[in-house]
Amino acid sequence: MSTIQLLALSDAQNDLVQVLVEPLRETFQADVELAASPIDLTQFFDVKRGQFNSTAILHVIKNQLANRHRNLRFKTHATKVALGVTGADLFIPILTYVFGEAELNGSAAVVSYYRLQNERYALPANRTLLEQRLIKEAVHELGHVLGLLHCQSPECVMHSSSYVEDIDLKSSEFCRSCKTSLFPRRK
Amino acid sequence: MNKNDVGILIVDDELIVRDSLTKWFREDGFRTDSADCAASALRKLQISSWDIALVDIKMPGMDGIELLQRIKEHKKEMIIIIITAFASVDTAVKALKEGAYDYVTKPIDPDYLDHLIAKALNERSLVRENLRLRDAVSELSEKDEIIGESAETQHVLEMVQTVAPTDTTVMIRGESGTGKELIARAIHTHSKRKYFPIVTVNCGALTESLLESELFGHEKGAFTGAQYRRKGKVELADCGTLFLDEVGNISMKTQMDLLRVIETKQFMRVGGSEIIHSDFRVICATNRDLEAAVKDGSFREDLYFRLNVFAIPLPPLRARRGDIAKLAHYFLDKYAKQMGRAKHGFSPDAMHTLKAYDWPGNVRELENAIERAMVVSKSGAIEKEDLPVQVHAAMQPNGKRLEDIERKYIETVLRETGWNISRSAHVLDIDRVTLYHKIEKFGLKRNQ
Repeated sequence: MSTIQLLALSDAQNDLVQVLVEPLRETFQADVELAASPIDLTQFFDVKRGQFNSTAILHVIKNQLANRHRNLRFKTHATKVALGVTGADLFIPILTYVFGEAELNGSAAVVSYYRLQNERYALPANRTLLEQRLIKEAVHELGHVLGLLHCQSPECVMHSSSYVEDIDLKSSEFCRSCKTSLFPRRK
Repeated sequence: MNKNDVGILIVDDELIVRDSLTKWFREDGFRTDSADCAASALRKLQISSWDIALVDIKMPGMDGIELLQRIKEHKKEMIIIIITAFASVDTAVKALKEGAYDYVTKPIDPDYLDHLIAKALNERSLVRENLRLRDAVSELSEKDEIIGESAETQHVLEMVQTVAPTDTTVMIRGESGTGKELIARAIHTHSKRKYFPIVTVNCGALTESLLESELFGHEKGAFTGAQYRRKGKVELADCGTLFLDEVGNISMKTQMDLLRVIETKQFMRVGGSEIIHSDFRVICATNRDLEAAVKDGSFREDLYFRLNVFAIPLPPLRARRGDIAKLAHYFLDKYAKQMGRAKHGFSPDAMHTLKAYDWPGNVRELENAIERAMVVSKSGAIEKEDLPVQVHAAMQPNGKRLEDIERKYIETVLRETGWNISRSAHVLDIDRVTLYHKIEKFGLKRNQ
């Protein structure tokens, strides 16, 4: 992967999205392009659930990325992936919520910081913790995009987290095994 | 556990549910597939094996409950989790009654789903562990199997079945090596005391004072070296069975003590004053002519009558030659497994020799003979020459001296081991010094 396109989806706080640039650049050794996204999230709102359908959002991010590739005048071999960031509460139909969703071994992912905020759990707001959680979730979803599965190592960023406290227990880095799968030639 | 070894099948008529759950489990590293209806799920179950199925309760055609019933008919161990959007106590109860592992309602909390799958996998590994242990236990109990189809053996087994459920004292009579302890264990295993221990006391192997301490235990300081209080075998056999092997060889004093404890079920430890109660059943065994011992006064008559309530005479192997072939194959199988070697049976000559020999050491001698033959045998079937010298020597035509046979056998073993003295000594079951003496005595030389 040579470029990560970081999309601040319509409702996302730009300063929070900005926080991701450096950690993603460093972790994936890739260029990070920060861009505003024209995607209108309201079309993905499920009235009954009061949540946004992440699978549908993911689909649109993926299509837009593909269209951009097609419209490029000079085709490059550089691989590009897109990560959408939102403050909306995401769901996939069978689950009550998700922190994010990714196309496994694909080109797009989406993360939400809605359930990463302490305030949602009647706790005092904590900006540092929120940023750390968001970095971990972004790295995690991009790991899936690059083909990584959940990791058994509790400290690895690819460890499955279905509860917000689980995110705090792991680090924002890949374990040695995941790193080797991701960057086989890097020492 | 490698998650890739675990197969999860998702059965739901909604594409979005199938896709999202498939993706969810794939990211976790599970082998995953989906089916859009019950019929498709059953086809997939026939083609490959699945450990967990998540089944939607409402589907067109065959519903989730019926699919659950059909799966459970053939794959009882499979973990089935019912998914439904219609949460009701009735459907939950019905699903669980039909054997579902659990029941979840749509939409599922991701944390709950993760825990549910982890719990299900843990249970699956416990079930597998349980099955593995059951196999191991049955393999262990098979080792105590009583082998034999002859009328004599069948008669013994009938007696075992008759007396086992009662609390009657049993005396097992028979020559050495006929399997008296095996019969005692069979009686215990089929008795109501089977969940308690069977405690064996080898009366013939101990001196009078040691046997007394072994049977009744001792208090600290009861004699020199008694540093701790020790429970005796009679006490340990409480609620179980006390098996007194070689009971004909005990001293008169111990006979008296034994009679008292059998009658009262009470005793005192050596050096102690506390009266201890123990509820045990007595099974004893002897190869001694106890009637003669009673006559010559070396065995108490009252103890004899107390022990000889139900006698089981075990015929020697020579009296039930019909069992030899089956026993030989049983031991061949046992040692082939133990030594990790292929078994090729017996040559007709070897089997004829086995059947013709008188087996003074009975089943124990036969077992040892087969074990040794397995060691000596290079490959293929067990040959007559692989059997111990005394067995095939008995088949030699008259006139051959034992010494000649011994020489020839040692020569054969040495040749087969490439004159490796240690290995030859091991095969012959003698020490190396003895083997050197024999080589010298018989004038054996390499490349002879």
